[in-house]
Amino acid sequence: MIRFDAVSKRYPGGRDALSDVSFEIAERQMVFLTGHSGAGKSTLLKLIMLMERPSRGQVFVGGQNLARLGRRQIPGLRRQVGVVFQNHQLLFDRTVYDNVALPLLIAGLGQKETGRRVRAALSKVGLSGKEGQLPIALSGGEQQRVGIARAVVNKPPVLLADEPTGNLDPVLSREIMALFGEFNQVGVTVLIATHDLELIEEIDHPKMQLSAGRVVS
Amino acid sequence: MTDRKPTPGATRQQLRPGLRSWLVHHRSVALQTLKDIADQGLANFLSCLVIGIAMALPTLFYLTLINVAQVSERWDGQPRLSLYLSAGAKPTAVLAKVSGLAAGSDVDLISSEDALMQFASSSGFSDVLLALDDNPLPSVIEVRPEGSVREVGLLIEELSRLTDVDDVTADIAWIERLNALVQFGEYLVIVVGLLLAFGVTLSIGNTIRLSIENRRAEILVVKLVGGTDAFVRRPFLYLGLWYGLGGAVLCCLMLWGSMLLLQAPLHVLIASYEASFSLRGLMVADVAALVLIGVVLGIMGASLSVGRHLRKIEPQ
Ligand SMILES: Nc1ncnc2c1ncn2[C@@H]1O[C@H](COP(=O)(O)OP(=O)(O)OP(=O)(O)O)[C@@H](O)[C@H]1O
Ligand SMILES: [Mg+2]
Repeated sequence: MIRFDAVSKRYPGGRDALSDVSFEIAERQMVFLTGHSGAGKSTLLKLIMLMERPSRGQVFVGGQNLARLGRRQIPGLRRQVGVVFQNHQLLFDRTVYDNVALPLLIAGLGQKETGRRVRAALSKVGLSGKEGQLPIALSGGEQQRVGIARAVVNKPPVLLADEPTGNLDPVLSREIMALFGEFNQVGVTVLIATHDLELIEEIDHPKMQLSAGRVVS
Repeated sequence: MTDRKPTPGATRQQLRPGLRSWLVHHRSVALQTLKDIADQGLANFLSCLVIGIAMALPTLFYLTLINVAQVSERWDGQPRLSLYLSAGAKPTAVLAKVSGLAAGSDVDLISSEDALMQFASSSGFSDVLLALDDNPLPSVIEVRPEGSVREVGLLIEELSRLTDVDDVTADIAWIERLNALVQFGEYLVIVVGLLLAFGVTLSIGNTIRLSIENRRAEILVVKLVGGTDAFVRRPFLYLGLWYGLGGAVLCCLMLWGSMLLLQAPLHVLIASYEASFSLRGLMVADVAALVLIGVVLGIMGASLSVGRHLRKIEPQ
């Protein structure tokens, strides 16, 4: 589902953030991406979203060579890939409902279907009944779950998460990870970057460790 | 990843709901931007006012011009043409020709004898003049033509081409000057109008730029979850549209007010030249044109601004 072929990424004026990274994540797999701060985890995820482009090598998502996608085709790719950020990237002047509905609005879904799917996604993350609230009125964990609901609401085949439990307490973190596990159960390919090794120790999924831009295990 | 190329059948089936939701989105964006504008009433009112004033200036100028042109077009002060015949001409023959050309006009022949008599009696040189062997005065045909200034101008050209007519003088010089002035004014309206249209476009573009800056976070998120350029652009184009429309409406209101104020003094001024004068105010077609211009400038300014600034906002 996700394949890196000898990928290197060098930011302008820096050393290589990723060097010669190759790996493949099969469909329906759930993989943890670990590594020290600055190892290149976020960079790797950004390459999958085309937020950055590799300096060398090729990235494939669903058999599609991303190097072949032009600017105009980026939105199409991003609709196939749900993302969850540590700082959730919510719109604070919009209700929870509007935040979660955004990908569906973009996809041009009808109002009824949108409402149905938004409520389903919110109930999945345990936020039923919070549709009308503003994100500012929610706790950190709840905000993170709104972000997750938004990432999965249009049922993307791939789900990425960058430090989704970054500033949550262990109990909440475990809940969030369990949530990702559930999405994986229903067939979503999941890739989660985290440096919370303790948390993922007890979870039985493949782990890929980055160190200074190289895959070490 | 799922196959993103739908089968033709699927496309046809999805088209109608797709189109409907596209229209629904347009409507909701239009209403949402309008609501956003209303929420920041005063600031946006001022933006529209600037646009309105910039549109009102050339339009007011243009209306003045139309009214002045109307006076000169329908001038009923009847200019008088004097045709001086050459010495050997047969006045009656020329008179017939002139009457043919200037059909419907008053035509008078003042033969050289009549002219001499008149001159003699009015000047007091009668003895001297009557003693002359040769009459030094030419025969003159006077014409009081009907028609507009332009028609009179054409008539003058025709008359002066007649053989036996030495010279044609007309007392319509001032109206010609007025016409030249009106023509110059038309150019001026175009130039001023273009400059101000440029200004309006820039001003709307700048307002849109500020709005883009304010909504930076939103644009980033929309791009992250797969919003197309068209989707991101849409609210800003509508914003431009509303600004242009608001500016046009304010412009019409200001013009209407100005006309109301100017009507009385203008009437006094112009009625002294032309009894039948009525002020040509703002008409429905003018309002429609102003609204169209406002909307076009609004969308143009917005799309220029959006094109320049949206590309720079990419999720990092
Ligand atoms: N936009 C950028 N411009 C220049 N250098 C960058 C940029 N983004 C990241 N880097 C550099 O690339 C390297 C990898 O960064 P990256 O953010 O991928 O690490 P990370 O593994 O996500 O770290 P963390 O755990 O702290 O989030 C770092 O050395 C960083 O300084
Ligand atoms: Mg990171």
